[in-house]
Formats: sequence, structure tokens, C-alpha cells
Amino acid sequence: MDGEQCMNTNTINIFQFILVLLMGGSIGGIAGYIGSLMLTKRMSLMGGALGHLTLPGMALGLLYGFDVSLGALIFLSFGVLIIWLLEQRTQLPLEALTAVVFASSVAIAFLFLPQKEAYTALIGDIKHIPLLAIIISIVTSSIIFFVIKKLIPQLVLTSISPALATVEHYNVRYVTLIYLICIALVVAMGVRIVGGLMTVALVSIPASSSYNISRNLSQYSYVSLIFGALSCIIGIALSFFVDLPAGPLIIITSALFFIYSLWHN
Amino acid sequence: MTNIILDVKNLNVQFNHETILKNINFSVHKGDIFVLVGPNGAGKSTLLRALLNLVEYSGVVKWSTQNVSYLPPHETLNQKEIPPLTVQDFFLCKKKPNKKEIPSLLESVGLETNIQTKQFSELSTGQFQRMLIAWALANKPSVLLLDDPATAIDTKGQKIIYELLHKLWKEQKLTLIIVTHNLEIVWQYATHVLCMNKTIMCQGKPQTTLTPENLKKLYGWGAMYEHKHH
Repeated sequence: MDGEQCMNTNTINIFQFILVLLMGGSIGGIAGYIGSLMLTKRMSLMGGALGHLTLPGMALGLLYGFDVSLGALIFLSFGVLIIWLLEQRTQLPLEALTAVVFASSVAIAFLFLPQKEAYTALIGDIKHIPLLAIIISIVTSSIIFFVIKKLIPQLVLTSISPALATVEHYNVRYVTLIYLICIALVVAMGVRIVGGLMTVALVSIPASSSYNISRNLSQYSYVSLIFGALSCIIGIALSFFVDLPAGPLIIITSALFFIYSLWHN
Repeated sequence: MTNIILDVKNLNVQFNHETILKNINFSVHKGDIFVLVGPNGAGKSTLLRALLNLVEYSGVVKWSTQNVSYLPPHETLNQKEIPPLTVQDFFLCKKKPNKKEIPSLLESVGLETNIQTKQFSELSTGQFQRMLIAWALANKPSVLLLDDPATAIDTKGQKIIYELLHKLWKEQKLTLIIVTHNLEIVWQYATHVLCMNKTIMCQGKPQTTLTPENLKKLYGWGAMYEHKHH
């Protein structure tokens, strides 16, 4: 990675620190938001599979010096395409694919890549992120937010009954594809901060916490967004002070919110 | 005939080379209560789905209205793996949501308006079914297709649901197309009945169509007498 353009603990200034927090907040927020839908469509596990699927791509990015999210996206596009095709053509539960997909990806990542890169791909690295990547992440998260906000009624109705959604003249196939593309983008951004191993937590823990305390749909999606954003901001901030990797700190913060939601419930 | 709202000609449906529906021809007129009856596996639900373009078919299905609503069988609705969804949220999932309309829709099916803020899991089966009917009636459809609308409810509850549908049919000048196992409903409400078992066995006014001979042909022995005693 290019040291001058990257966030580095030694040279970091307050402006960069705030930018990284903003990026974390927006990625965590959008992961929580889209995760609230994934939880209900039993797609959380798919988030895990996709997270693992990014590993070879991320590690290749680290090895050859191109952006990890870009590497992740290349592998994800392939995965999403497979999932979409199978969802259209078979009655197989999506979980059925999970084991095959993620185990193979982890195996490839470990077999062909140096241990250091494989490790970073697994747990993420918040401290070496180019400025451009930060800005792209924030903008992409915002766009996905508005796309998903518009699609929520269609996605919820589809999850209740695809037939009802079709009779309402919703284009179920098209909506599902857009939804999967958004998931892939969120995962590609998520792996940057928590790594491929724990991305599943970004989309599932905030949604689960929110589920425990929400009464209606909009409360559920927004509380999930807020839990997701706060977990990332707190986790990243902590990582700068205690010099530990941000990924695990984010997930632990998120898990604490979950425990809070149980108590609140 | 200008008041034909649905015209079906030579409709055929096949799944994996197996014939599900064969050579189905019928017309539904505006204001009909058109009831489809037949034994299990006769293809009644598939026929409804074909009419809504939810399954592939060959032949002609010609609607003279765009405003068609549908109530799928209760058990095909996923009520568990969904978000914390209130009745109001569910109504707002419609393509043209109208928040102000919700209380009057709920009242029209005999539900209290405060049910809006309740979650799916907090509704009884009967309340849920009424709520679904209200949902299907949003945006004022001219035709409502119902696939066994009272299947999950006890006999008394079923009677109430059909009475409600009859009342709504009258008040809103609806056309109803109903799949049911309940022959009593046919005697009581149907303006037209279509008996089928993969293909049409008989159709017409219930009094002239549901003869003992026809019922025997459709169901075999037994089934008809149970209903005719009422």
C-alpha cells in the first residue's frame, strides 16, 4: 500500500481520523440497514458466505497492491451471479450453498496466499485506507441507503408472498437482483473494516438487536442502522486508542448492543 | 356480451410434462360470484395462478380490467420470518399505499382501527384473514380472486368470512372468483359454479349444475351428501 496516501497510526491527523470514523459509521450503518432485511429473508448466512467469498480477492489485492474492496467485488460478483441464478432456477434453500462457497474460498485464500495477507483479509485493517476509498465508501453507502429505502416495501412483500408481490405488479426478479447487488457492495465495503471472517456480524448483529426492541418496520430498520453505525464508530475509535485491530472491537461493541437489547426487551 | 370481465380460452398448464390443466374455457361476468370447486389436486389453485400470470400457461386469458386483486391461500404466506411488521406496515407495502384509507378498510371488514399498530403475530387467525381481505380491497379492485379464503378457520369462522365477502360484494359491486372446498358456500352465494378436475366437468348456475350425478362424477361417492343435508 502507498504509505503517503493511506491512513497510518503514526501520521494520522484529526481530519483523517474523523474521515475514517465517518466511513466506519456509514458502512456500519448501511450494513445494519440492509442487514435488517437480510435477517428476515434468512439471508444473514448468505452475508457470511459472501464475506468469506471475498477472501481470495482481498488477499490478492493486498498482495498485488490494488484496492481490497475491488478484489472483493470481483469475487463477489461471481458469487452473487451464482446465487441469483440458483434462486431463479431451483427450490434449493440458499443456505445449502453456504458451506460449499465459504469453505472453498477460505481454502483458496490460505492455500495460495502468504500468511500476513491472509490474516489481514480475515480480520480487516482500518488503518491503511486510501482517502479516495474512504470517500467512495461514504458515497456508495448513501446511495445504497436510498435504493434500499425505496425497495423495502417490495422486498418485504416478496418475503411474505412472491405471488402477492407479483400481483401488485412488482418486478420480483429485478428487485431481487438489485437487492443482491446492494448486499454484495455492502459486503465489499464491510470486509475493509472487519475482514471477510466477520462481515456476517455487521449485517446480522445490529438487525438482531433491533429486532428485540422494535415494534414496527421503520423503527426496526432505523434502529438497526443506528446500532450498526455506532458499533463501527465506537470500535474504530477504540482501536486508535488501544492499538488493537478495529474489526474485533467493532463486533464486540455490536455484541454488547445485542446484550443491551435483550435486557431492554 | 359487453359485461364479460374475464374470458379464458383453451387454457392449458403443464409442469414437467405433466398436464395440470387441460382445455379450460369459461367466461366471468361483471358482478359474478364465480366459484371453482373440485377435489384436491384438481388444479383449482393452479387455475387461479394462471389467471394472474403466476404460472406459465398456453391459451388465452383476457381480462377487461387491470384492477385485479388476489388473496393467496393462508398457508402460503410467510408470517414468521418477517420483520416486526405491523398491520399498517403491511398496508404500506402496496404499490399505491394510502395511509388515510387504512382505518376505513379495516372497519369495512369488521376490525377495530387500533389493530393497525398490532404485529402479525398478535392477530388471531380470524383477524388475520379479515385483515388480508381488507388488504386485498385497498385501491378498490373490481375483481377479487380468493384461494380458499377460510381454510385455516373453524366452521363458524368460515361462515362469518363468507358472509363478510358477500356483504362486500354487494356494497362494492365486486366480481369474486373463489376457490373453495365448501360446497355450502356454492349453494348459498355462487352465481356461477365451475366444477373441475384438471379439465372442466360442468359449469353453470349452482341449482342446475350441482346435480347429484355431476357431484358423483366430480367427487365420487359420499362427499356431496354431507353438504346437501344443510
